[in-house]
Amino acid sequence: MSTTLNNDTSEEIDKVVITVIGGDRTGIVAGVSQVLAECEVNIEDMSSTILHYKNRNLFSMILLGDMSNSTVPLKALKERLKEKGEELGVHIFTLHEEVFNFMNRV
Amino acid sequence: MPLLLSPSEILDTVRMFWLENLNIRATTLAMNIQKYARDDPDVTISLMETNMPPFIKRFIDEITQIEERFGVPIVNKRLAITPIAQLLGPMVEDLEINEGISVAFKIASSLDRIAKESGVDYVGGYSTFVHRGFTKADTILIESLPEVMSKTDTVCGFVNVATTNAGINFDAIAKMGEIVLKVAQETPNGIGCAKFTVFANAMEDTPFMPGAFASPGGPDATVVIGISGPGVLKAAIQEIGEEADIGKLADEIKAATFKVTRVGELIGRQIAKALGIEFGAVDISLAPDPNGGSVAEIIQAMGLEECGAHGSIAALAILADALKKGGAMASSYVGGLSGVFIPVMEDAGMCEAAKRGAIDITTLHAMSSVCALGIDMVLIPGDTSKETISAIIADQIAIAIANDKPAGVRIIPVPKSFGGEMIEFGGLMGKAPVLNTKPYRSDILIKRGGRTPAPFHSLRG
Repeated sequence: MSTTLNNDTSEEIDKVVITVIGGDRTGIVAGVSQVLAECEVNIEDMSSTILHYKNRNLFSMILLGDMSNSTVPLKALKERLKEKGEELGVHIFTLHEEVFNFMNRV
Repeated sequence: MPLLLSPSEILDTVRMFWLENLNIRATTLAMNIQKYARDDPDVTISLMETNMPPFIKRFIDEITQIEERFGVPIVNKRLAITPIAQLLGPMVEDLEINEGISVAFKIASSLDRIAKESGVDYVGGYSTFVHRGFTKADTILIESLPEVMSKTDTVCGFVNVATTNAGINFDAIAKMGEIVLKVAQETPNGIGCAKFTVFANAMEDTPFMPGAFASPGGPDATVVIGISGPGVLKAAIQEIGEEADIGKLADEIKAATFKVTRVGELIGRQIAKALGIEFGAVDISLAPDPNGGSVAEIIQAMGLEECGAHGSIAALAILADALKKGGAMASSYVGGLSGVFIPVMEDAGMCEAAKRGAIDITTLHAMSSVCALGIDMVLIPGDTSKETISAIIADQIAIAIANDKPAGVRIIPVPKSFGGEMIEFGGLMGKAPVLNTKPYRSDILIKRGGRTPAPFHSLRG
């Protein structure tokens, strides 16, 4: 992973981090990327890992999406992904990339 | 460009928002409205009502957009204004006290209208500073509080009765007992007292009600942010388990607070930039969350059977210190109260502890020496005398002044209630127990009046 830092919020590039959490099953990657493709959000990075929470292991997938050419605002994208998550039986959490950078780096 | 952070950092962050209810508790627009003050209250009101709502509405619009853009929930949108007694001066100079009270009420009603029309939850600053004595405008504002607190919905205020440099104004302390009782008698279950606090060392840059006000030393407008992460801190403490030593515990609290404060810094700067105004500060105060995040439960998670058990003050001191260190590292502009809030009525854990008798007024006073507010949202019996209320206030104010720290007292004498009774307030307020006061009188001390000499801050035995 890169350690390049960017705390300059004057740069208005909107990137979102999409986190999918739930049981591992087929169709998750396809379902999520379909929504992103429909909204013209470009997937720049993707990884999957196990989240430990209260002695439970949960499957998680993390995607970085570039919203420069997105046809919808973040709020609408969030709602569409939430609906897709319900359809797939997983939780999908969408937040601006800047929030992650700001919270984890000075 | 790939992700800059590791998956565990991403997942920790997601967990805070998703499972631990991390949010921006309050964004408060502080407006210096001194420029609208004229001799004629009607002209003042017209200037306020013409000029303030457009800017406040823009503030609300920008918050909504930023909330949508970043995906961070912003719970409360508030307005803080110049302490109103400063504007009242010229308007009431030639009036009798009763006429002055009518003018003050008109101004308060106007602020209530502005808040409702613009879409802010509360407006703070129906306030005054009387730590060295009273002007006519101060007296009028104080006498108007029962009517204003009972007949307006959004207007909040405080009276600052002491500072470390001036000492404690005991005339004001005596008056506050009387005013608190009157406010309580004029509102259902005394709830009007929730919008009013008695302050010592009132702090600028507080986004929380009823303590928020726009600094007379500030520009036309600034934005201040209050963050909230009781769930995040509780989870962090639970995660490290019972084996971790105190140093490790403090470190975990500090690290979690750092992350929480950074969200406030990010969102505060975005709002300020969008409005073209100064970013004031992040108030890192830890407050209970209406959705169940309890500060008392954090104290318990540190290793106590009940909040209020012996050791609670030590736990609170460790928590408050680590909180300040994590917050100060995360933001260049930390301000306001930046301490721990333990309001009995709004914190489910505090409420339970009070019900079981683990917390009483003396415990709260002791806790106030290491947190931002001690006697906060505390219900007491309706037949408590005004002198006893003043004495409860005096105890906390004295602790604050001796320790050179801010303190606010919010006390609610619930009419017709008795000690141990549970009062149902409905809605988010829920139920809370009435705490017993001591049966001994403090009348002579309170009636002495005058001002205490400023405290000695050397030879600290």
